[in-house]
Amino acid sequence: MADQHTQFQKTGVQAKKLRQTRETRAKTGLIGLEIITALLFLVTLFPIFLVLINSGKTAFSVTASPLTLPEDWLQIFRNMKTIWVDPNIQYGSSFYSSLLITVFSVGAIILISAQAAWVLVRSKTRIAAFLFMMFVAAMTIPFQIVMLPLVQWFRILGDFIGFRLLRTYPGMILSYMGFGMSLSIFLYHGFIKGIPYELEEAAIIDGASRVGTFYQIVFPLLKPITATVMILNGIWIWNDYLLPLLILGKGNRIQTIPLAVANFAGAYVKQWDLILTAILMAMIPVIIVFLIAQKQIIKGMVAGSIK
Amino acid sequence: MRKQKFDMTSWLLLLPALFAFVMVIIIPFIMGILYSFTDWSSRPQPDGMQVVGLLNYLETFKDPSFLYSFIVTTVYTALNMLIINVVAFILALLVTSNIKFKHAYRVGFFLPNLIGGLILGYIWQFIFNIVVPNLPLITELIPAIQNPANYILAERNSALMAIVIAGSWQYAGYIMMIYVAAIISVPGELFEAAKIDGAGPWMQLRTIIIPMTAQAFTVTLFLTLVQSFKQYDVNVSLTGGGPATTFMEKSILGTELLAMNIYNTAFKANQLAQSQARAVIFFLVLAVISTFQVRANKKQEIEL
Repeated sequence: MADQHTQFQKTGVQAKKLRQTRETRAKTGLIGLEIITALLFLVTLFPIFLVLINSGKTAFSVTASPLTLPEDWLQIFRNMKTIWVDPNIQYGSSFYSSLLITVFSVGAIILISAQAAWVLVRSKTRIAAFLFMMFVAAMTIPFQIVMLPLVQWFRILGDFIGFRLLRTYPGMILSYMGFGMSLSIFLYHGFIKGIPYELEEAAIIDGASRVGTFYQIVFPLLKPITATVMILNGIWIWNDYLLPLLILGKGNRIQTIPLAVANFAGAYVKQWDLILTAILMAMIPVIIVFLIAQKQIIKGMVAGSIK
Repeated sequence: MRKQKFDMTSWLLLLPALFAFVMVIIIPFIMGILYSFTDWSSRPQPDGMQVVGLLNYLETFKDPSFLYSFIVTTVYTALNMLIINVVAFILALLVTSNIKFKHAYRVGFFLPNLIGGLILGYIWQFIFNIVVPNLPLITELIPAIQNPANYILAERNSALMAIVIAGSWQYAGYIMMIYVAAIISVPGELFEAAKIDGAGPWMQLRTIIIPMTAQAFTVTLFLTLVQSFKQYDVNVSLTGGGPATTFMEKSILGTELLAMNIYNTAFKANQLAQSQARAVIFFLVLAVISTFQVRANKKQEIEL
């Protein structure tokens, strides 16, 4: 009996020891993971840091010592002023154009996709199924196959009916509506399917019209997916380069920020102090918006991708 | 429960979407396919456009620059997909472990994704052309790198790797978030049970995390495949297609990916119809490989 008792005690001690070594090993493992992650984090943010420090230098000191901190941080404001008044980039007006195009395109995409998706979900006809399939199938069309004919088609419309879409805001916004709606209709369609029809029925019984039902009852319910649609399209449109290049062209009155930066970098080859300042100024608005709404932005973008 | 009928109001609500769709996608798409069988050009055509049948397609396949672009794009896509997914999965494992500041790390890794491809390409051009030749560690090991002729972007293969690095920097954080969402949704009891059975981290990864996130892999592989195959913005601002090289005895651009090849055929060579034919081929190839990829991955999911 006594023998057995000590035996138990022994195994108890051994088990405790084993647990302790396992715990310390897990702890050192965790510290290892923390160091690795921190290093990867620094590596990821290093390019942005490089842009920041070199925006505060003169052309000579950027190329001579790109890794050192600026001697005079005030240089950053002098460089920014140069960018601000530069005729190639026209920062103020480019920013305004980018903002206008993004806001109106995203707004239009949200409205047209939400109401289209709602009609397609609620009517169980063959034509609704066909239209939905057609909208979604368009997602597989790469931009390259439509880009040249799109410009040609807009030119024809301008020449023959005087409906000017090239180099204009309506042309830009209409294009983004067309390219942005497929994914948006798909996302709205999936979401609306989960909303019980009874809510709408009650509204109709109370005498609301179909359109009224949609805007007063359904649309407010779509808020979560609207956020996703807004973020996905907003980031894409704000950063897009090829479509504005084709529709607006280089060096015209209306240009977006990416176009302006490309224009500027082309004109100031190797003037890295100014190119980096232009890049910094292009990134600042995006980074500010992101830091304010990062949780929603990340959630919105991921929600869109895993469906 | 009676559903709504497809009446006048339905059409009215659909009208704006249909209008944008027809104007921007349907008409240009049909025009695009038709134009690929003509001699459409940006030069003045006094006799108008002529139908030339399959000529543009035949010439496309004879053009070394197209064949080369095709090969380079395939290599780029394979490397980019591999690196983005490996890095993103590792990052996702790190930021879902028990480490501190998880949330801040996620935000940081995600950040490059918000910088557009064009701007991002300039940032990396600066790094490869100015910063790397000035890094003390590298200049001591390889002094020759200070010569502009040896810059990373001056040589075809390393320039292609540079696009991969810039592309991965941009996209890995986004793909990481998809993996994070998948890993977080794995039921915690599975890990509890595994721990009781004495499974270490490696075993848990192999038997729980990877099989349970198989669906996320379908999505991420599809996204990275399509994104890499269509790469254009980073290509323009980072290498502009350069450096020059030769292929099948013709001088061509060493990092000209397919999207750029299509653009350059139209605007540098002024061959609109030729470019259109290339775009149609691009569309068909993309459609075939993405269908194939999704199907292959779906099969995997069922087996697991």
